[in-house]
Amino acid sequence: MDVLLGIRGKDFVLIGTSKAFLHGITVVKDTDDKTRALNEHTLLAFSGEAGDTIQFAEFIQANTQLYTMRHSSDLPVSSVASFVRTELASSLRSRRSYAVNMLIGGYDTKKEQPQLYWLDYLASSAEIPYAAHGYAQYYCLSILDAHYKKGMGVEEVTGLMRDCHEELKRRMPIDFKGLLVKIVDKDGIRELEGF
Amino acid sequence: MAGSYDRALSVFSPDGHVFQVEYALEAVKRGTCAVGVKGKSIAVLGCEKRSAVKLQDTRITPSKIGLVDQHVCLAFAGLNADARILIDKARVEAQSHRLTVEDPVTIEYITKYVAGVQQKYTQSGGVRPFGISTLIIGFDPKDDTPRLYQTEPSGIYSAWKANAIGRSSKTVREFLERNFKEEMDREETIKLTVKSLLEVVQTGAKNIEIAIMAPGKKVEYLEAEKIESYVKDIEAEKAAEAAKKKGGRGGASASAAGTSTPSGGVTGS
Repeated sequence: MDVLLGIRGKDFVLIGTSKAFLHGITVVKDTDDKTRALNEHTLLAFSGEAGDTIQFAEFIQANTQLYTMRHSSDLPVSSVASFVRTELASSLRSRRSYAVNMLIGGYDTKKEQPQLYWLDYLASSAEIPYAAHGYAQYYCLSILDAHYKKGMGVEEVTGLMRDCHEELKRRMPIDFKGLLVKIVDKDGIRELEGF
Repeated sequence: MAGSYDRALSVFSPDGHVFQVEYALEAVKRGTCAVGVKGKSIAVLGCEKRSAVKLQDTRITPSKIGLVDQHVCLAFAGLNADARILIDKARVEAQSHRLTVEDPVTIEYITKYVAGVQQKYTQSGGVRPFGISTLIIGFDPKDDTPRLYQTEPSGIYSAWKANAIGRSSKTVREFLERNFKEEMDREETIKLTVKSLLEVVQTGAKNIEIAIMAPGKKVEYLEAEKIESYVKDIEAEKAAEAAKKKGGRGGASASAAGTSTPSGGVTGS
């Protein structure tokens, strides 16, 4: 039921997550943040089995942070995605696996380009220009297919995110309490107001 | 000399010494000097850098100052290789602490952990103690009070306003005792750190490393040119002082001049 959306722009990535924290059909909280900052330029958004999600996300967060401390440099986005995929793949082949779907958005400071990765709980991973998880896929991928252009600026991508938000509000039968939208660019991770 | 009381680690000598731990302290004394100083809302670590051989690549030779977490900085004196292991254990613990209680470690907590590991290596079989002392600086989460702790191979840890470890640490500590002031600002704190290191580092700025921590900020490693300018200032000050003393050599100032000879003595080299 959770919404995860990611759009890659010219030199940034936008990630939107639903603010509702659901327990069955009950909304427990309407200010939930389904993201974790892995390092200065990498953001992880997650959804899936309650409990698994945060446990796995924070495990990844701790390990990327440990990498930063050990090597006094951040793990680049592509490496983070590979690491997450490997962890998820070995978890999948264990007695009890994590059921977590993720989007990883980041800015590679060496290559000077934004990257967006789509990963699901079966440990498949792909670098794509725009991505969605859950029911958002059904409603938003068509909009993104139609309107996404290469090299869009912040204004355009924010507009596209707004369109997706409107569509979800109009078509989805459940209230997901709006989107929490964050931007990742060369200056780091910030929350975008006005969603 | 020590009989056979230094063969196994966990054996006391009849007069209550554990020799292996004392030898570890000896390794610390042979290590390059490290200094820690607390200011009003700043903590500074200074290190003596061993001079590099002609073909050594100093750019990628590891530093004696390491980050344990974003808000914890550690400097050591003693065996470099031992320190790598100890620092890594501290880093893992810092992340593990974040993971379990969702809070960064306090400086006291991580110090206690580091000291705990060092203690364990004085009482376990098949291992030898860590040949390092550490100075740990940083700020607790949501707190502006600077912290400075020291740990030793025995596992003792203690809190300080300013302290030195390693080669000639006694000289430097005595210098700090004479020159430390409460509530120093950023410039004063850095200057005192550099000045105290100059007591034992003959080669000047190129063999000094400085790390600065301020509340809520990332660690800042002072650039070589910056350190150089501090060293120049200090040397100019010392020269001026020496000149003043020469000019006004009277009977009354004789005792005052006597106490400041150690700092005056180094200026020439």
